[in-house]
Amino acid sequence: MNLFADPRWSEALGHLPDYLGNHVRVSLTALALGLAVSLPLAIAARNRRALRGALLGLASIVQTVPGLALLALFYPLLLALAAVSLSWFGFGFSAFGFLPAVLALALYSMLPVLRNTITGLQGVDAAILEAAQGVGMTPRQSLFTVELPLALPVMMAGIRTAAVWVIGTATLSTPIGQTSLGNYIFAGLQTQNWVFVLFGCLSAAVLALTVDQLLALIENGLRNRSRVRAMLGGAGIAVLVAATLVPAMTRSQTNYVIGAKTFAEQYVLSALMAQRLRAAGLSASSREGLGSNVIFGALAANDIDLYVDYSGTLWANQFQRSDIRPRQEVLDELKTMLAKQNITLLGELGFENAYALVMPRKRAEQLGIRSIADLAPHAAGMSMAADYEFFSRPEWAGLKKAYGLSFRAQRQMQPDFMYAAAASGEVDVIAGYTSDGLIAKYDLVVLADPRHAIPPYDAMVLLAPKRVGDAALRAALQPLLGKIDIAVMREANLRASGNDATSSPDAVAKWLWEKIGTK
Amino acid sequence: MPAASLISYAHVGKTFDGGRGAGRVVAVDDVSLDVAEGEFLAVVGGSGSGKTTLLRLANRLIDAEEGHITVEGQDVRNLDPIGLRRRIGYVFQSGGLFPHLSVAGNIGITPKLLGWPADEIAARVDELVDLVRLDRAQHRDRLPHELSGGQRQRVGVARALAAKPRIVLMDEPFGALDPLTRDALGDDYRELHRRLGLTTVMITHDMTEAILLADRIAIMRGGRLLAQGTPAELSDSGDAYVGELLRTPRRQAERLGALLPRDGAA
Repeated sequence: MNLFADPRWSEALGHLPDYLGNHVRVSLTALALGLAVSLPLAIAARNRRALRGALLGLASIVQTVPGLALLALFYPLLLALAAVSLSWFGFGFSAFGFLPAVLALALYSMLPVLRNTITGLQGVDAAILEAAQGVGMTPRQSLFTVELPLALPVMMAGIRTAAVWVIGTATLSTPIGQTSLGNYIFAGLQTQNWVFVLFGCLSAAVLALTVDQLLALIENGLRNRSRVRAMLGGAGIAVLVAATLVPAMTRSQTNYVIGAKTFAEQYVLSALMAQRLRAAGLSASSREGLGSNVIFGALAANDIDLYVDYSGTLWANQFQRSDIRPRQEVLDELKTMLAKQNITLLGELGFENAYALVMPRKRAEQLGIRSIADLAPHAAGMSMAADYEFFSRPEWAGLKKAYGLSFRAQRQMQPDFMYAAAASGEVDVIAGYTSDGLIAKYDLVVLADPRHAIPPYDAMVLLAPKRVGDAALRAALQPLLGKIDIAVMREANLRASGNDATSSPDAVAKWLWEKIGTK
Repeated sequence: MPAASLISYAHVGKTFDGGRGAGRVVAVDDVSLDVAEGEFLAVVGGSGSGKTTLLRLANRLIDAEEGHITVEGQDVRNLDPIGLRRRIGYVFQSGGLFPHLSVAGNIGITPKLLGWPADEIAARVDELVDLVRLDRAQHRDRLPHELSGGQRQRVGVARALAAKPRIVLMDEPFGALDPLTRDALGDDYRELHRRLGLTTVMITHDMTEAILLADRIAIMRGGRLLAQGTPAELSDSGDAYVGELLRTPRRQAERLGALLPRDGAA
């Protein structure tokens, strides 16, 4: 039982009430909403050919949108709606987490419910429908006492499919701020914590099977007119819902919510800030695995209280700037622009996590390459790899323009594998991150950028509008500002990418604090 | 006319969309027919003769385009179709029972729609189970698929009679049954018709059945009413088609008479 002696199992178990509770809440709410919309629509459409075709077509199109994209699309949509609602009706709502997840998942649940309900109702024998009319039923009575009961088995099959889909897809709601079992999976993938990944997958599968079986029990009870079975199934679902509400109610209301994006450095920094807040007697919790575009909006809307972002990211993404400015000018201007949105730029942590062109040290020395300018003449014969977004980012456009870069081939890769690919010579150059610990591990070298084509990427702490005047918060975070240099952060990141108990973000954050606290 | 007519068709016409540019198909063409109170009328015709359409016009499962139909003296166009159907019994081809409801649930459906109290419905169901000669203990709570064809059709008859209608419409009620069951059920229904003072219109394609059960027979072909009358009156009809329809039962009777000699005379 060595496998389960790993303390990460008990750490995973510790998160279960929170993650599972949120997962059940969001998926069952979405399923209930999906049913409430789909069932009346299917009933209305059963005798209308045009409406039927339109509905099924629309639902099919929704189904072809990948789950992650559908969830991500709802966030900006709701953000815009919330702004409209605030300016027109004087009240806003949170476009973060629960609401977009529920709406997207509800939409996702519609196809099987619509299709099976329509098929089930159309499958009712015409002679039976005529008999219902003949004994004097109104269309409504015919629907409720004859057609729906007879279509029930087919309808329930659709509802069960929808339930399994929704519970599975709900793991993807983590990046838009909804805590779910996906938190295990996203955190685990980023920090190479396979125990978490496995735990997340298994618990989502068990939940899906449980709900499916409870629905089967209800169906069986309804079909065989066994009230006991139907009630047992209903009670099972009710218990599931109640059980997930209990920890939510007893959980202490945390004061500060710390956001983290979907990579290891962010998990470590959010753990570090949480530890500092707790040490100062403030309560804190983390909202991890947030998408890069979601997290800034969440801060601006006060859905999270603080997080670490990078100057270059804000410059290019949030403020759509493509001009290259000296480091200090960027920082000053960002501070002013952020202040207009009531967001506080508390300060820099002391290191940069910039994009940089990276290649093996030996090869660079052989070719006499020290900077990107030296690389440019060789580029036509080389291949390059980057993460999924780099080639569509303004930095890449800037680099190409400044140095006249043109590679033989460009590939997109999972960031974790990129460094190994460069070290093994599978690709010649990668767009790495300057704070990544793997640069040292694989003996790679960061090429200089003499023309400053890549904007500065200082890591800095941002505070939500509602924390503008929060002196206790500022005091708790003050010891971190300017203290984390690039070497320390690289080592922390390297530790976090390990695959054992000392590589959990919490453990690495403690190590990091000891390191900078003793300086 | 012997008694007041309970159902009356006057110059009734009905067409259907033939689909795919086939134009309108005439289902019922200028039919006038009276059904007297207490009468058992059989409507005989082949498929496509319009006999089933004629039956459905009476309880407004289909609405007429031309002419007038009155039921118990009232023009059906002025009646709520739902209420009309609840006061007319209807027996469907091969039962038309609701497969998810028990025998009792099927029989009690119209009283339930009419809002009878539960204990009255239960008592009425028991009464009807006895009336159609089913066994209370054995059949009352069965589902339709657990019954034989004959038993199902008995339930169908009981369901039609549940709300104590004066009129019963039957759409080829015994067509799908084996000859013995069919005979027994026909006789039993004929007896109920008499005892309860019902007025019955039965659709059938079987002339022998019509002669054996009905007081009067109406013959339809191509949407038109060809002839009507007692078997004796029909046999005097000069119409070739009517003669043809009557030839089969006659031949059957002759051959059966010859093949089954009585009193051991052979």
